[in-house]
Amino acid sequence: MNVLVYLIPASLLLGAGGLLAFIWAVRHDQFEDLQGDAERILNDADPPE
Amino acid sequence: MLDAMPTPTDSITLSLPGIHCAGCIAKVERGLAQVKGVRAARVNLGRRRVTIEAEAGLAREPLIGALEDLGFEAHEMDSAALAVGQSDRIGKALLLRIAVAGFALMNVMMFSFAVWFGAGEITRDVFHWLSAAIAIPAATYAAQPFFSKAVQALRVGRLNMDVPISVAIVLALGMSTYEVASGGAAAYFDAALSLTFFLLCGRYLEHRMRHEARSAAQELNALEVPTTTQMTREGPVSVAVADLRVGDIVQVAAGGRIPVDGIQISPHGLIDRSFITGESLPLSTAEGAELIAGDVSLSGPITLRATQVGDDTTLRRLAALVEVAEGARNRFTAIADRAATVYAPAVHILALAAFVGWLTLDGDIRHALNVAVAVLIITCPCALGLAVPAVATVATGRLFRAGLLVKHETALERLATVDTVVLDKTGTVTTGQPSVATDALTPAQCEVALALAQGSAHPLSRALVAALKDRGIRPAPVLGIAERAGRGIEGSLAGLEVRLGAPGFVGANGADEGLWLRLGEAAPVRLPVQETLRPSAVNALSALKGMGLNVHLLSGDTDAATRKMAAELGGIAWAASVSPEQKIAFVETLQNDGARVLMVGDGLNDAAALAAATASMSPASALDVARTAADVVMLGSDLESIPAAVRMARKARRLVKQNFAIAAGYNLLAVPIAIAGLATPLLAAIAMSTSSITVLVNAMRAR
Repeated sequence: MNVLVYLIPASLLLGAGGLLAFIWAVRHDQFEDLQGDAERILNDADPPE
Repeated sequence: MLDAMPTPTDSITLSLPGIHCAGCIAKVERGLAQVKGVRAARVNLGRRRVTIEAEAGLAREPLIGALEDLGFEAHEMDSAALAVGQSDRIGKALLLRIAVAGFALMNVMMFSFAVWFGAGEITRDVFHWLSAAIAIPAATYAAQPFFSKAVQALRVGRLNMDVPISVAIVLALGMSTYEVASGGAAAYFDAALSLTFFLLCGRYLEHRMRHEARSAAQELNALEVPTTTQMTREGPVSVAVADLRVGDIVQVAAGGRIPVDGIQISPHGLIDRSFITGESLPLSTAEGAELIAGDVSLSGPITLRATQVGDDTTLRRLAALVEVAEGARNRFTAIADRAATVYAPAVHILALAAFVGWLTLDGDIRHALNVAVAVLIITCPCALGLAVPAVATVATGRLFRAGLLVKHETALERLATVDTVVLDKTGTVTTGQPSVATDALTPAQCEVALALAQGSAHPLSRALVAALKDRGIRPAPVLGIAERAGRGIEGSLAGLEVRLGAPGFVGANGADEGLWLRLGEAAPVRLPVQETLRPSAVNALSALKGMGLNVHLLSGDTDAATRKMAAELGGIAWAASVSPEQKIAFVETLQNDGARVLMVGDGLNDAAALAAATASMSPASALDVARTAADVVMLGSDLESIPAAVRMARKARRLVKQNFAIAAGYNLLAVPIAIAGLATPLLAAIAMSTSSITVLVNAMRAR
C-alpha cells in the first residue's frame, strides 16, 4: 500500500492542474464567444491585425 | 506598424444581426481592417456584434457603409449603455467557486469510496484527514455566497434558504472534523462539498438567467444611440441628445424621433404622436406648434427650438411616474421564497427535535449531534435550490428562441397566474401603419390616385401607393403635381384638375375624416383609411380566449376606430378615449376585483399601466419607456407569442411544482431514516445526488 504515497499526491496534482487550467480559461474570456470560435476554425488564416 | 506613435483609441461596438458563419466573420473583420483609422476588429458571433478598436473620433458612417457594401446590416450601439452588461464579474466568480467545489468534491469522493468499501483503520484515518485538508478550505471559499446571504438575513432577523444551507455545511464540516480527530467512522466531508457544489450550480443558473435577460434588455436600449442634428451658425452638427440645452435649434429628419420638447420653427410638419396618445392618425402641425419628445416626424425634416431638455421633457417626467406605479411586481413573492419561509424553520425544528430526542433517549451527546447533522444534510434544500432556477433557465431559453425576451426574474411566475389580458390598440394590436382601401375606385380613378400619391411621403400616400401597386395599377400621366402640406396633393390630367387629400381640400366639407379623391368637377370619392392588424392578431386573441382568459381592448383612440377594431378581432370588450391615468385606473380596478392582469402595450400612455399590472409585455418596436416597464419584450411582430408565453409560463409553473413535490418526496423517504439514526454518509450522498439530478432532468421537460 506504500505506493499510495506517490499515487495520492499525483492524482491531487493532476486534478489541481485541471482546476488551474479552468481558472485560467475563465479569467481569460475563453468562454465569451463559443459559437464564434467554433466557426473561426474554418477560416484559413486570421485576418491581418 | 510604421506609425508607432501611441494615439488614443476609441472602442466602437456595432450590432450585426445578419452574421451567422465563419465566412461572415472573415468578411467583416477583413473588410473593417481596410477602413482607414481602424486598428482591429473582432466579431463576437454569439452576440452578433463586432467590437472595433479605432483612432479616437473616427466617424461611424464609413464603418457602417463598408459593412453595408459587404452586404451586412449594421447598427451602432451605445457603448455606455453596453458597458454595464459586458463583463459578468459575478458570474465568473461563481463559476470559479463551482470549479473549486467540484475539484474538491471529486477528490474527497475518491477517498470516501475507499472508506465506504471498507478501507482499514489506518488507511481510513489517513483518508479522512486528507479529506478534511481538502474539504475545509475548499468549502470555506466556495460556500461564501451562502454564508454572506445567511448572515445578511439573520442580521435583520429573517430566515431564508441560505440559513439552513450554511448551518448544514458548517455543522457537517465541524462535526466530521471532531469525529475524525476522535477516530470515528462517520465523516460527511463529501456531503458538505456536494451540497455546496449542487447549490452553487443552482445559483449560477439563476444568476446567468438574470444577467442574460438584463443584458438583452440593455442591448435593445443600446441600439438607440441618442444623437441628433443641431443647427448651429456653422451649419448642421451631429450632437448627443444629452448635450442639448434649452434654446438650441434641432432638426429631425423624416422618420426620426424628436429628442426634446420644443416649439416648431419650420412651416409645416406631420407627426405621429401615437406613442403618447394612442391616436392612430398622423397629426399635421404648423410653425409655433408645441412638439413633445417622442413624437416621430413623418414628412420632411422638421426644425424646432428646444424648450425642455433631458429629464425635464414630458417623456422623462411621465417615465418617472412609471416607477411609482410598480406595485404588483414588488408585492409578489417568488414561489421559492414562499417555500423557504415554511421550509427553513421546519428543517431547523426537525434537526433540533432529533438532537433533543436522542439526547434524552440514550444520553450520548456525540451520537445525538451526529443524527442532527445527518438530518440537516439530508433535508438541505439541494433539489429546492435547483428546482426553480433550472426550470426558469430552460423556459426563458425556449422563449428567447421564440422571440420573447424575459426581463424580470419573477416574470414567468407572475405570467402563469394571469386570468385577464388588456391590450393596447395602436402599435400593439395594429402595426401603427395605416392602410387605405381602394375597392371603391374605378380603374381610371386608381391610376390618377397612384400618380398623385407617388409624389408624397405622407404615410397615407405611401400606404395608398403600396395598395395600388399590389393591384398592378400603373400611374396616369398627371402633370404639375404639387403637395400642399397638411392638406393634400393636386395636379392636372388632360386639363382636368385632380386632387387627393383631406375632405376640405377636395371640397367635401363637413364630411368624414379620411382620404378623398376628386377628378375635375365630379363628386369626391372617399378612400377609407384602416389600421393594419398585426399578423395573426385574430388567431392570437381567439387562442387567449380559448385558454379561458378575459380579453379587453383599451385605446386612447376614438370610439369609432376602437369599436371597429374590437369587432374585427372577434367581438371583445373595449374602452376608447382612455387617458394614461385611466389606463392605470382600469388595470387597478380589475386587480382590486381579484383579477390578475397581463397588460400588453407599446406607448408612453401604456407605460404606467404596464408597470401596475401583474405581468406585462410590449413589442420591440415600443418606446423605450414602455419596454423598460414591461416584463417581457416581443422581438417579432407576431401576436401569437402572447398565448405562447402564457402557455410556457403555466408549463414552467407546473414543472416547478412537480420539482418541489419530487424534492419533498425524497425528504419524506430519507428523513425518517436519518432521525432513526440509520443514515450513513453513503446514504446521504446517494439521496442528495439522485434528488438533484431528478429535479434537473424534470426541468429539461420545459423544452
